[in-house]
Amino acid sequence: MGVGIEVEDLNAWYGQTHTLKGINLQIPANSATALIGPSGCGKSTFVRCLNRMHETNPVARAEGTVRVGDVDVYKDASPVEIRRRIGMVFQRPNPFPTMSIYDNVASGLKLNGFRNKRVLDEVVERSLRQAALWDEVKDHLKSKSGASLSGGQQQRLCIARAIAVDPEVLLMDEPASALDPVSTAKIEDLIFQLKDEYTIVIVTHNMQQAARVAEKTGFFLSGHLVEFDSTHKIFTNPSDKRTEDYITGRFG
Amino acid sequence: MRIRFHQSLDELKEKLLVMAGMAEQAIQRSIEAYRTRDLEICELVFKSEPAINRLEREIDQAALDLLAMEQPMAIDLRFILSVIRINADLERVGDQAVNIAVRVREMGAYSNVDLPVDIPRAASLASAMVRKALQAFIEGDAELARSVLAMDDEVDAMNDAAFTALSALIKRQPELTPQALNALIISRNLERVGDHATNVAEDVIFWVRGADVRHKGSVAS
Repeated sequence: MGVGIEVEDLNAWYGQTHTLKGINLQIPANSATALIGPSGCGKSTFVRCLNRMHETNPVARAEGTVRVGDVDVYKDASPVEIRRRIGMVFQRPNPFPTMSIYDNVASGLKLNGFRNKRVLDEVVERSLRQAALWDEVKDHLKSKSGASLSGGQQQRLCIARAIAVDPEVLLMDEPASALDPVSTAKIEDLIFQLKDEYTIVIVTHNMQQAARVAEKTGFFLSGHLVEFDSTHKIFTNPSDKRTEDYITGRFG
Repeated sequence: MRIRFHQSLDELKEKLLVMAGMAEQAIQRSIEAYRTRDLEICELVFKSEPAINRLEREIDQAALDLLAMEQPMAIDLRFILSVIRINADLERVGDQAVNIAVRVREMGAYSNVDLPVDIPRAASLASAMVRKALQAFIEGDAELARSVLAMDDEVDAMNDAAFTALSALIKRQPELTPQALNALIISRNLERVGDHATNVAEDVIFWVRGADVRHKGSVAS
């Protein structure tokens, strides 16, 4: 099941550049939350701070508190453990190209030491079903590589790979921006279904997509979280003029 | 910046203002026709209706195109929804003008008698509501729009008074029934014009504030 995320006074830097400035927000469990804002506003940095990906860059650092469920991300667990709890899907699908479909999905579990074939079979099937890909690939799980799939299928494969390790949170950084409209619709339907099981945070430049899939939306600008409210409120009657100007295309 | 889109919104607003001008002129002409019993003015009202209907369709199509192609958000989305609703109300104002002109033409067949109803006063109040609501739309002024809502009760009360007075007249002098009935229908048409002006004002408040105040709702923000 998904868990809630609490962020308190989160700041992040790349070298001398202060990219996130005192972010405070609470993301409810088992919901989809969209983060919007112009390029360079800090929304991707923010999600990378949630699963400690930000610190993989040697000149990057972060300060503040991020709690995922009961776990203080920066105090209570290792980055490896955090990334098991918090899966991530990126803009460009990145399946392991030479691995079979099956091995792509099972890779996380195998890395964590799982070897039981029956368990692996079950998890692979369940994950592919949850990612709405099972019916399309079930007949060639081990004979075809991840790279042989279409872009939309590859992205669903990456989602299956992310959920195979049973995370509590799924971070999605522009998950559909490289996909055609049909594949995009499948990913959006998937997000809708997956939030029953996981807490989803999605970064998107596509405001209609945010409006379609998310219950809550946050608007970032110049490293600040300008507004965080129900998606309905943000897209019909935002409280802050800067939010309104951005979503109506008056700047950005 | 979505410059072209925002230019299209300005063009939509201008089109609606043309529609507003035509509807307002139609209602004023119909009242002038009542006052003077001038059938030529009635004809002008009848002739203006197809143009109003044509413009209604044109505005709806332009609004629909913007919704489909620009996927507007927030205040822009509210603006377009308001334009669609106001457009329908203005077309109905045009219809009320035609209804009044039809009644005036009917009345021309009977002798001109003094009726216990002040149609010109009700008309000037209903017209003032329309004008004020449109002014609120032009200026995006929610406060001005709210002042229109308060005027509606007065127009309603005048219509109620007309009903009472004209019903009594019909009982007292049944031979005046045709004139009284026509005046009653005109009074009712003016009351409907007031309702349409109220709708326009409510739509302005929705556009500007994002608050739904229809059906005596409260202003939420």
